[in-house]
Amino acid sequence: MTHTRELSKTYGSKTVLKINDLLIPKGQSFGLVGNNGAGKTTYFSLLLDLIKPTTGHISSNGITVSESEEWKPFTSAFIDESFLIGYLTPEEYFYFIGELRGQNKADVTALVAQFEDFFHGEILNQKKYLRDLSKGNQKKVGIVAALIGNPEVIILDEPFANLDPTTQIRLKAIIKDLAEKQGVTVLVSSHDLLHVTDVCERIVVLEKGEVIKDLATNDATLKELEAHFSGTEAI
Amino acid sequence: MTINQFLNLEWKQYFRSAYWQKSIAINILMIFLALYFIGMFLIMGIALYPGLKEAYPDQDPLNIVNSYLFYYILIDIILRFFFQKLPVMSVKPLLTLPVKRSHVVHYVLRKSVFSFFNILPLFAFVPFSVMLLLNGYPLVSVLAWFFTLMVLSLIVNFLNFIIESFSAETELSFLPIILLAGGLYALNYFNILSISGLVADALSAIYNNPVFILVPIAVLVVLYMVNHSLLKKKLYLDSSLKTKVETVNASSLEWTKRFGDIAPFLQLDLKLIWRNKRTKSSVWMLALGLLYGLFIYPQDQMSSPAFYAFVGIFVTGIFLINFGQFIPAWDSGYYKLLMSQNIKYEQYLKSKFTLMAMSVIILFVLSIPYVYFGWKILLAHFAAAIYNLGINTHVILYGGSFNRKKIDLSQRAAFNYQGTGAVQWLIGIPLMVLPLAIFGATYFLANFEIACAVLAILGIIGIVLHPKLMTFITKKYLNSKYKMIDAFSQDN
Repeated sequence: MTHTRELSKTYGSKTVLKINDLLIPKGQSFGLVGNNGAGKTTYFSLLLDLIKPTTGHISSNGITVSESEEWKPFTSAFIDESFLIGYLTPEEYFYFIGELRGQNKADVTALVAQFEDFFHGEILNQKKYLRDLSKGNQKKVGIVAALIGNPEVIILDEPFANLDPTTQIRLKAIIKDLAEKQGVTVLVSSHDLLHVTDVCERIVVLEKGEVIKDLATNDATLKELEAHFSGTEAI
Repeated sequence: MTINQFLNLEWKQYFRSAYWQKSIAINILMIFLALYFIGMFLIMGIALYPGLKEAYPDQDPLNIVNSYLFYYILIDIILRFFFQKLPVMSVKPLLTLPVKRSHVVHYVLRKSVFSFFNILPLFAFVPFSVMLLLNGYPLVSVLAWFFTLMVLSLIVNFLNFIIESFSAETELSFLPIILLAGGLYALNYFNILSISGLVADALSAIYNNPVFILVPIAVLVVLYMVNHSLLKKKLYLDSSLKTKVETVNASSLEWTKRFGDIAPFLQLDLKLIWRNKRTKSSVWMLALGLLYGLFIYPQDQMSSPAFYAFVGIFVTGIFLINFGQFIPAWDSGYYKLLMSQNIKYEQYLKSKFTLMAMSVIILFVLSIPYVYFGWKILLAHFAAAIYNLGINTHVILYGGSFNRKKIDLSQRAAFNYQGTGAVQWLIGIPLMVLPLAIFGATYFLANFEIACAVLAILGIIGIVLHPKLMTFITKKYLNSKYKMIDAFSQDN
């Protein structure tokens, strides 16, 4: 369970994020949409304590993220390529993350093996360093690494961007499975309305740093979102 | 694209970078150093003529200066290699814009002409030339001589970039410069070819017949063109990628397991060092550092016992200084990952500490053969090693918490010869000068043995306080966590 209260982030005089109260229950697949500059990445960075909140706080399973580091064992994330270590091979990277998260080699190998078709034969046993992989393949490594160590909260920023269609479809299946069957809270942001409505049971729309819509996904959600973003919303 | 636009871009890049704003102290220090050198050169330029006239009344001061110019050029080449880097410019955004590649290269090369290294000699040679004129030397000849020196300065300038571009390709990055400078010096020293005589003759020839100045100018033009074509080739995005997709050399590094919970970081650090060009070259520096004593100890006049500890600090601490000064910037590329992962800062820092401590011990063991020059040297090295272990490791870790400059290990930036600039060398000064001062002072006030003991005791105090110091340093890092994340996510 992630609870955001009175949270705001201000740079100079500009407030880029302001969320009064947002509760994400355990096991929810949560989608965040919004135009550029809406505050999606800022929110995720605050969740991971990568930037300092101006006011308020986020608590994750009762732990205030900006005060304690105890949220780290059950939280994992892939925000961008700066989460990858370029001079490691994908396998070494998985093992490194695994070790940090208290997994042994066998655990990691077993977990990674499940994603054989997600990797499409382009990741494992390639004898290549991560820095030499293509952007899309790097992203796959980052996403799978975020699944290591049975995290309870997984944060993925724009996971669908840069991926090929086949992989996008496979990724959707993976995320659904995590939330529905394994009770993992998955937080996803995306610009692709179709993908988020497919994957997430709840969608929050951010605009200029504020929550302006909070929808439980149903058949009409996609239409509603499209109407909202094209500016033809019925008032 | 005009020069103005280029300048405008760079101005913004420089002053808007997080690095500049955070390190004003270093910038001020650099300005003072620059002023110091300008002053020294100015005094030299004014005093040289009367001084030489007085010391050697029967010789022409100009001829004396000419006969030593070879050494001046040689030193210039070496200093530039280590301190002057080709101005870096982020060219990637420009490549797809309607700007000619050759235009970008011209701009970068011309900008290098205004380097401090080219301006500094003016402060010596302008007053010297004025002194020559005041003493009745013919105007045209003096002007020709002066311009030749300026052209020589620029020749060294562009020659240096060619050397750097070649040494960037090799593992032993300083080998080409040592071969070149050492070779020239040896040829001259053993009288195989009197280059210093040749240089002097050439300058006299230009002095007597200014038309010959066309020869160095021609050399300069050729060097400029070589540079231009070298750089133009590098100005493609894939030029760094296509070189080679390295085959992985995977070793399991199982032995690190005995270090317990810091093992994953140790493994990571070892891979970091071994798999990146820039870090790898600091490993080769170890060899150079170890041999440093050989340059000092055989010479009687330089090897006063007061300096033994300094050499010891350098020999046993070269890795510490080289690697340590960029903590945590080595990990800047994935700093966000480390900060959001399930790790304790203390483990991360402890791994760096362990690595540096191991290097000090290994280097001390390797330096034992210096006992050949006397047991005192061994004793001083031992004291210095303990000082390195106890004090310098902590100082450099502490200093790292002020580090705000990202290192791009993947080397995608064109023109990046991955060298260390003058600023980085400055950081090494307190690490070496402080023990030198402590040791030297006790040596002169008391004696050698007590000086060694003082150094060692300081080190032991540091080792005893290690847990406390690490807690303090960790706190410092935690406090600057957000600032570091922010700075490391900026380019340049």
